[in-house]
Amino acid sequence: MMKTLKIKAFGITRDILGGREVELQLNESGTVGDLRSQLSSTYPEVLQLKSLFIAVNNEYADDHVVLNDTDEIALIPPVSGG
Amino acid sequence: MIKITEKPIDVQKVIDTATSLGAGAVNVFIGTVRNTAHGKNVLWLEYEAYESMAVAEIRKIIDEASHRWPLLGWAVSHRVGTLKPTEVSVVVAVSAPHRRESFEACQFIIDSLKAKVPIWKKEVFEDGEEWVSARPEGVSATYN
Repeated sequence: MMKTLKIKAFGITRDILGGREVELQLNESGTVGDLRSQLSSTYPEVLQLKSLFIAVNNEYADDHVVLNDTDEIALIPPVSGG
Repeated sequence: MIKITEKPIDVQKVIDTATSLGAGAVNVFIGTVRNTAHGKNVLWLEYEAYESMAVAEIRKIIDEASHRWPLLGWAVSHRVGTLKPTEVSVVVAVSAPHRRESFEACQFIIDSLKAKVPIWKKEVFEDGEEWVSARPEGVSATYN
């Protein structure tokens, strides 16, 4: 079984992915790390970023966190507020 | 008060919100848009925020500051949207019994905000645009 995840993209990742929100498919057991791998192969430009964090439900998430299709998932490229 | 806003920031209101009767010091940081970057003229900046997470992260920073210093009041307001040079992008205000802790707490909050809070800015030049700090130094990121 695959699960469909909605991914919010901000800053430069919005330009790289070509939209504010994209859908990606992952295996049922797919984790943040799996999402990172898939993003890197689908959008190799993300590998050129200084950093890329992934937030799950408004919190920075480690690569081992398992993703659910109800999670709010967001790509966080290097922040530059202030 | 934590606010992410498209409207110009009312600096006095941020200060008033942070002020407290028991305070001997109110410390304010005002971030403004610079007119140059990388030796080029900046026409304007485009700010965007992941608002719900930005508010949550600022709250965590305030919580930590409140543990470390005896804060009596605080307020943070960050602007998003299109900002021209000299416009105010962010205001942090804290009040405390004495000046030393007010300086330290205010600096901690703005430094942490810049490092952790999901807000981004893009510099727009005459010949292109660039998301700030997105790529390692030396990698050209300006494109039309």
